[in-house]
Amino acid sequence: MSPTDAPVPPTGGDPLAPREAGATDAAVLLSARGIRKSFGANEVLRGIDFSVRRGEVVTLIGPSGSGKTTVLRSLNGLETPDAGTLEFDGGPSIDFARPADKAARLAMRDRSAMVFQHHNLFPHMTVLENVVEGPIRVQRVPKAQALAEASALLERVGLAEKHDQYPHQLSGGQQQRVGIVRALALKPDLLLFDEPTSALDPELVGEVLHVIKELADEGWTMVVVTHELQFAKQAADEVLFMDGGVIVERGAPKEIFTNPREERTRRFLDRILRPLD
Amino acid sequence: MNEGLQLFLESFWPIVWGGITGTIPLALASFAIGLVLALAVALMRLSKNRVVSGIARFYISVIRGTPLLVQLFVIFYGLPAVGLVIDPWPSAIIAFSLNVGGYAAEVIRAAILSVPKGQWEAAYTIGMSPATTLRRVILPQAARVSVPPLSNTFISLVKDTSLASLILVTELFRVAQQIAAFSQEFMLLYLEAALIYWLFCLALSGGQTRLEKRLDRYVAH
Repeated sequence: MSPTDAPVPPTGGDPLAPREAGATDAAVLLSARGIRKSFGANEVLRGIDFSVRRGEVVTLIGPSGSGKTTVLRSLNGLETPDAGTLEFDGGPSIDFARPADKAARLAMRDRSAMVFQHHNLFPHMTVLENVVEGPIRVQRVPKAQALAEASALLERVGLAEKHDQYPHQLSGGQQQRVGIVRALALKPDLLLFDEPTSALDPELVGEVLHVIKELADEGWTMVVVTHELQFAKQAADEVLFMDGGVIVERGAPKEIFTNPREERTRRFLDRILRPLD
Repeated sequence: MNEGLQLFLESFWPIVWGGITGTIPLALASFAIGLVLALAVALMRLSKNRVVSGIARFYISVIRGTPLLVQLFVIFYGLPAVGLVIDPWPSAIIAFSLNVGGYAAEVIRAAILSVPKGQWEAAYTIGMSPATTLRRVILPQAARVSVPPLSNTFISLVKDTSLASLILVTELFRVAQQIAAFSQEFMLLYLEAALIYWLFCLALSGGQTRLEKRLDRYVAH
């Protein structure tokens, strides 16, 4: 760990300071209103409202097909909703019912960075090249600076030795950690995780969740789609339970996991926590 | 010494020289131009604009649906009829480039499509424009996939350049033909030409293997 070299999370303050209990008082970074999306005749999102405050960790849980990944992908433009608004503090603000405004879409994309379920690292680039590609090619960060920052980030996640290896030479957990570093290197305001551990062998899940938890504790703002309820319990400020294209229930992890109000939430949690009953 | 063997040995170097000064530069120039053309056509073919992809489709269809010899004759013997006279060498390069452009376009298109969608998405989320994504992420991966089929295209092209002898380009086969006409030893000279083409193609196959190994360094085995 070398906190001095690492990019400071955009929330400011000591990056290693513990999460403040009152994070919910912070300014809203992103608010989504009435997000709707259909794929053909299949309506996957039927009016999604939520907001993310700076420094907050929001997790989306729910059965497959509930629309949680589509929500996440809508936040940086990998999917385009049919209706609804997305508003980022400091811009842009997009109303999807209106004709596409390309500049606003690209501005929205640049506010966040995505960590994919299947890391999607560039196989023809080394670990280091993968990490500096965005900063150097897109953000025009001076090469020496980008390389130094990338090295510091790789060291933080325990991959200092892997700079010059190609992705296929790494384990699944290492690949995913590089994927996280590639996202961090862009210094986004918002980190998006799309089931970051679902494609991993069970024994590799821990090392990846550990890194994400650390980032959460440092104050990064993130939206995490996950099946790891234990992670949601420990790291999330707010849990959104989705089913059938709507947010069925939301609240602090403690409430949701110990005392769900909705029958659908209860059934989902039962299935996951006690699959053999 | 056996007369046949002597003729074989005496004509070996002139025929090889015809290959070095005719066949190889003709194939290299046509392949280079053809690849640029093929990339453009492949991208047009992938365009969402129906007119643009329609033009590319039409071009590929015409090139693949007509004999190379006919294309060559249209350019060299046909165009002068409409007042466009092109010398043998440029005529040959134009015809072969257009031909490579048609065949390689489909190879390149398939190679681009073989790169997983997640690569486009990852490039998009780190802020890349589509053009940068193509150049930095997609084409390097597509190149690996397209080396074997493009090598086949190139080897075919090397052999097809023998057709240029019919529009008076001095290359490997035309040298062999001239010696054969002079010595009346057709069997010997044509077999010798075949042998030399074969040696050229063996060397190319070796080069292909080395190129594939080099590009394989990031692929899991």
